[in-house]
Amino acid sequence: MRTTFIETLCEAAARDERIWLLCGDLGYSVLDRFAERFPKRFVNVGVAEQNLTGVAAGIALSGNIVFTYSIANFPTLRCLEQIRNDVCYHRANVKIVSVGGGYVYGSQGYTHHGLEDLGILRTLPGLTILAPGDPVESRLAVSRILTLEGPCYLRLGKAGEPVVHRSPPAFEIGRAIVLREGRDVTLISTGGMLAHTVDVAQALAGRGISARVVSMHTLKPLDEAAVLSAAAETGAIVTVEEHSIHNGLGSAVAEVLATSPGPKAPLAIWGAPDAYQCTAGTQDYFRAACGNLADLVVRLLSGTVTSDPGKKFPS
Amino acid sequence: MTVEHQAELAALAKAIRLDTLTMVHRAKASHVGSCFSTAEILAVLYGDVLRVDPKNPRWADRDRFILSKGHAAAIVYAVLAERGFFPRRDLTEYCVDGSSLTGHLSHHVPGVEISTGSLGHGLPIGCGMALAAKRAGRPYRVFVLLSDGELDEGSNWEAILFAPQHRLDNLVAIVDYNKIQAFGMVQEVLDLAPLADKFRAFRWGVREVDGHDVSALSELVHQAPFEAGRPSVLIAHTVKGKGVSFMENQLAWHAKSPNAEQLAQAIRELEEKP
Repeated sequence: MRTTFIETLCEAAARDERIWLLCGDLGYSVLDRFAERFPKRFVNVGVAEQNLTGVAAGIALSGNIVFTYSIANFPTLRCLEQIRNDVCYHRANVKIVSVGGGYVYGSQGYTHHGLEDLGILRTLPGLTILAPGDPVESRLAVSRILTLEGPCYLRLGKAGEPVVHRSPPAFEIGRAIVLREGRDVTLISTGGMLAHTVDVAQALAGRGISARVVSMHTLKPLDEAAVLSAAAETGAIVTVEEHSIHNGLGSAVAEVLATSPGPKAPLAIWGAPDAYQCTAGTQDYFRAACGNLADLVVRLLSGTVTSDPGKKFPS
Repeated sequence: MTVEHQAELAALAKAIRLDTLTMVHRAKASHVGSCFSTAEILAVLYGDVLRVDPKNPRWADRDRFILSKGHAAAIVYAVLAERGFFPRRDLTEYCVDGSSLTGHLSHHVPGVEISTGSLGHGLPIGCGMALAAKRAGRPYRVFVLLSDGELDEGSNWEAILFAPQHRLDNLVAIVDYNKIQAFGMVQEVLDLAPLADKFRAFRWGVREVDGHDVSALSELVHQAPFEAGRPSVLIAHTVKGKGVSFMENQLAWHAKSPNAEQLAQAIRELEEKP
């Protein structure tokens, strides 16, 4: 995703002189191509994310479109108040990009797990939040946010994610994409869990369960209609996110279901437990520790379980 | 500076102190001491230095002014009203329910660039504006007014490192060095001394000035950049609560609001001054 991101950004920057890229001393061998082609619109601000975000707001409020780039929690939580006050409150045209959402940097330790960003940033008014599901969606997302006035958060994986969309889908901010139709349950995925979610839907078909798959690439504004139609047409929903089970996609979907007068549907939230992950581990290791998605779907449909917020990693 | 111009700037400082007094009294608001230490700095900026157009507040090549110590909002609203960005009568709306004149500075008020209030935000934004201007070859300058207490914030020191790295000689920071922060003397909370040496070590051009001397302030601000290719900082030695005897150098007037009796005495003292 990050390769797709920088390629798409370079293409856009060649056409639009307002596009800047600022990084917090990360992006070696990734951002170089932008820095070399557009040196007057590239700044390595240094290991200083509060200043990174404030500077970005200042450049944006001078008539530019500014991308900030770093990894995991550094461009988000470290400078949260700058995002809140300097960027969002002023509707500055700043696009915050974080690479390594979820467990991408799993083995680096808990400091590098990006598990609360969506939930925390979702509470900021006017901030558009995108977590594309594969490199195809990433490319489309970058193109779209360039035409969007105002602040945006783009959560990316890293590199080498599988391509899920065989051809480019119709992509609009705030409009979920249905990848697979189904009758019994809808799996709503955000971010890099999309490929796994499609695989699980395929496997469930072999167990006699027909699962719709929806890519919720935009967490905010959420496509409420897609949620409600999933409830009405398939009768059950499982959300899938590489993020805390609190306040992210699952919570957003629950808010829609609970507050809508429309049909109710049982919901299960697949995501990271409300716990500290204190060990090393690959992305796959930590994903597995979140539980088996197919089993969760089966248990939801059999009425034996919803999500289990109390679950912990083995210590 | 001519004697007449000096008198005009002093009169502007006096007028905005009087406006501020009335505003904070009516609203029972805090920070009158923090406003008063900035009166001459704001009078010089808005009366003598800033290239701004009250009839066209969003003019692309205007100079940018950022009040990073956003709690001194009342006196900035006062100076903007005195300069004609909006009618003076609107100052009565300060801190009133539903008004855009919030207790900390709001960009929803004409002439205000940036909303501030949480400390340590203004200088990074100012750096961004200065960098954007330099790289686009625009002529405007960026002025950021900082408090001494807010120099406790690490984000300021990130920006203080950043500005000389990018040779932001179109950036002027002014420190309102009144030596008193919210809950104690600066020296006792987190001593900034030697402040000028700190900025010099960070490769800024540095000057120090009596922050209540309008001609000295004006002369120095017009000299900026103090050193070619470097950002400038003017350390303005000021008195918290300046202009009213019982407020001067008193920590309490960071938070207190004048009652009717104190208001009357403060107005009397300010009116008596030239």
